[in-house]
Amino acid sequence: MDGGGLRLNMNGLDYLILALYFVTVLGVGFAARRAIRTSVDFFLSGRSLPAWVTGLAFVSANLGALEIIGMAANGAQYGVMTVHYYWIGAVPAMVFLGIVMMPFYYGSKVRSVPEYLRLRFNRPTHLLNALSFAVAQVLIAGVNLYALALVMQALLGWPLWTAIVVGAAIVLAYITIGGLSGAIYNEVLQFFVILAGLIPVTVIGLVKVGGVNGLMDAVRDSKLGEAGLHAWQDTGSTANPLGAQWLGIVFGLGFVLSFGYWTTNFAEVQRALSAKNMSAARRTPIIAAYPKLFIPLVTVIPGLVALVTVKGLGAESGDLQYNNAIPLLMRDLLPNGVLGVAVTGLLASFMAGMAANVSGFNTVFTYDIWQAYIRRDRPDDYYVRVGRWATVAAVVVGIGTAFIAAGFSNIMNYIQALFSVFNAPLFATFIIGMFWKRMSALAGFWSLLLGTLVSLSLYLLYKGGVIDFNSDLEESFWGAGLAFVTAVVVTATITPLTAPKRDEELRGLVYGMGGVDLKGDVLAGDAVWYRSPVLLGVIAVALAALFYIPVF
Amino acid sequence: MSNDDQPAQDPLIDETQAEQRRSAAARLFDIRRVIGGLFVAYGIIVTLIGIFDSAAEIDKAQGVRINLWAGLVMLVFGLLMLLWQWRRPAEPPSPNEQQPGT
Repeated sequence: MDGGGLRLNMNGLDYLILALYFVTVLGVGFAARRAIRTSVDFFLSGRSLPAWVTGLAFVSANLGALEIIGMAANGAQYGVMTVHYYWIGAVPAMVFLGIVMMPFYYGSKVRSVPEYLRLRFNRPTHLLNALSFAVAQVLIAGVNLYALALVMQALLGWPLWTAIVVGAAIVLAYITIGGLSGAIYNEVLQFFVILAGLIPVTVIGLVKVGGVNGLMDAVRDSKLGEAGLHAWQDTGSTANPLGAQWLGIVFGLGFVLSFGYWTTNFAEVQRALSAKNMSAARRTPIIAAYPKLFIPLVTVIPGLVALVTVKGLGAESGDLQYNNAIPLLMRDLLPNGVLGVAVTGLLASFMAGMAANVSGFNTVFTYDIWQAYIRRDRPDDYYVRVGRWATVAAVVVGIGTAFIAAGFSNIMNYIQALFSVFNAPLFATFIIGMFWKRMSALAGFWSLLLGTLVSLSLYLLYKGGVIDFNSDLEESFWGAGLAFVTAVVVTATITPLTAPKRDEELRGLVYGMGGVDLKGDVLAGDAVWYRSPVLLGVIAVALAALFYIPVF
Repeated sequence: MSNDDQPAQDPLIDETQAEQRRSAAARLFDIRRVIGGLFVAYGIIVTLIGIFDSAAEIDKAQGVRINLWAGLVMLVFGLLMLLWQWRRPAEPPSPNEQQPGT
């Protein structure tokens, strides 16, 4: 068995902490079961949850494998520039989703993101998006599962297949039984457990390098040098650790990639659709933006600490890869006790990521594929049963794709790139469709299809060696940008040639058509100023800008 | 003009909306109790470990009694969650969406 170098010295008490967590997670699933009677209860938590719960679940659904392990690795590799993924690459899009787009999603009562496309455009657009979303979710669930198993193998010495089956069984149990409420409640719990695991690593890491000043001095002496401490200063050219110009960062990452991911990804938007009223739905992504602002403190800082304390970090393979930054710090710095909490937090983050994919999948499969195209007009209970079986199928197929993922060396990058392939054109189709009432149904279909094909071909040409880019990241910037432009051009060309949709059909779906009621279902407490989505959103964006000042 | 505030209608959505009268979502428990409970348990376990930490363990954590501190912080956080739930129970659903008794 490989991975002996990373093996953590877990004792019985650490395992007790881990076991306590697994038992709690399953208990939450069982306890959520009694609140399920209708399909909306199962797939959207009966649209009953308060904003702080959906908001934390929103951020937690994204705190999966790529986030914790990947962003700490980026912190070690690229330095402070990694904060771009949070402050410009996430917060503005989350605020935009809450303020501008959520009234259309929540107000139209659609049950999923693909369903919005069915109402706004037509059934072919809907089916195209539902199928590509379903496939992508199962693939990504497999990657999350594989990453979870790798960590359990390396840190705890569990055989790979045991770890995959145990991880899958737990997620399967609490979602099949507890539905979206089980997933969301566990995500909120996971959010706090993840933080409880990461904060001690960060604190002791900082003590070890002599505080923030000590860390900055040490980074200046490292292979990153002074450039590792600045986010914008060297972005006039590509001569910086990330190899990206400010224009690429602002438009590629900050606009196309980030808006595509955050505003149209149903695995995220689903959390907001389960909120109890319009105000709570709009606040969901905005409340999530606040923790998002601070998460780099517990990912980028440990990455930098690992860079300056772990000799030889940054190897191509073996134990000293950047991806192992956080596990290495846990091994070196944490005594038994907090070590158990940290391992639990890490496993929680993988399960949170996978659960988000699975719960997004079962909803889209049931409402958007099964009910819309295969078995219509069955009683509501029938669709709850379909949803439970879809969950089982998703997890079983996820185990299969996990073993496929095991055959590739760096599948995470590929999936991430493929994800941007599907999301960027989707965002273009959405944003034009939401603001331009003339855009026709056919234009929606073709802009989505051609946009996806363009970015997919660019990706395949890059992988086939026909076109050259500096990095995978640069390819995804260009692919996303090109997909966006294609979708815009196709829309502008086809719309004048085809018939528009009637105004009544667009009510509640398109800006300026009426049918959106922002105040209809407010609770007494929602009128207070500190629950205003616009105010909260503006503050979040202002904070993101302010945070850049010390690391300019 | 009666439906001016209403979004466009769709049969599939209306079907599910109609079923919502039967919703059991009001029976969902309060997650604050679970978070509070788990963190109180973690707090107690880790604080106890921290009290009995040996010099080797404190040295590993760069001289910080991390188990003691982390344990106490988790304990306080858990208690605050329970206190919050006790002082501000979940808001009851608004009258127009009150569920029929179960």
